[in-house]
Amino acid sequence: MTYAFYIASIIAIAATVRVITGTHAIHALLYLVVSFLAVATIFLTLGAPFAAALEVIIYAGAIMVLFVFVMMMLNPGPRSVGRERHWLTPAVWIGPAILTAILLAELSWVLIRGGGAVTQMENVSPKETGIKLFGPYILGVEMASVLLLVGLVGAYHLTYHLGRRLDEQEKGGNA
Amino acid sequence: MMNGIPMEHGLIMAAVLFALGVTGVLIRRDILFILLSLEIMLNAAGLAFIVAGSRWVQPDGQLMFIFILAVAAAEVSLGLALILCMYSWHKTLDVDCASKMRG
Repeated sequence: MTYAFYIASIIAIAATVRVITGTHAIHALLYLVVSFLAVATIFLTLGAPFAAALEVIIYAGAIMVLFVFVMMMLNPGPRSVGRERHWLTPAVWIGPAILTAILLAELSWVLIRGGGAVTQMENVSPKETGIKLFGPYILGVEMASVLLLVGLVGAYHLTYHLGRRLDEQEKGGNA
Repeated sequence: MMNGIPMEHGLIMAAVLFALGVTGVLIRRDILFILLSLEIMLNAAGLAFIVAGSRWVQPDGQLMFIFILAVAAAEVSLGLALILCMYSWHKTLDVDCASKMRG
């Protein structure tokens, strides 16, 4: 299980690097799905099988499918790939990348100096999670439901005007 | 435990993913890639919670991951709706085009 953790970590980091440096949007999405699957493996090795299942179903499944739908609606062609290459010159990314690398090294140093605690390999079952979720954390569940309602109403409101605009354009084009 | 994973390795993994997400937000100008980088950062935060929950064998880490999942879902739906609006107004995904309010 220990080796599985490190192999999955390397895969996740490599895939994520490919996401943020990719020029083709669909390729970046596929790499992000790989990254999420690797993180799900990490959850499994850390003894959180329920979270691993949720990661695969919701993150790698539902959210990424949403991205794919929007990408199909936008349909960025080969022109946008060339534009991305033009934008992603080293002069653009070298400064922020170095600064974040320094911050990451600092954070890693602090974590390593913190002392050697070892994570337990015992599983935390979905049953315990559910009992805790609908017991002491019931207020959090209510707040999450309100947040999802906000997302629903907001997405509907934003794209309602969009749909009307497209209808008017089509009518104008036909007339 | 002898064959356990040191906690700081898990936290460093989360930190690396978070740093990659921050780098993506800083270096990309395509708003779609910025949204993807935000997803990477949320995922890294969830990983940190899972590592902590696994350290003390408590379900709280997974609970926080579920809440992060809800936040990510709401954020993605609104973000993608905004991207569609922006594309219909500006015909591009360049965030520099949307640098003016009421633009």
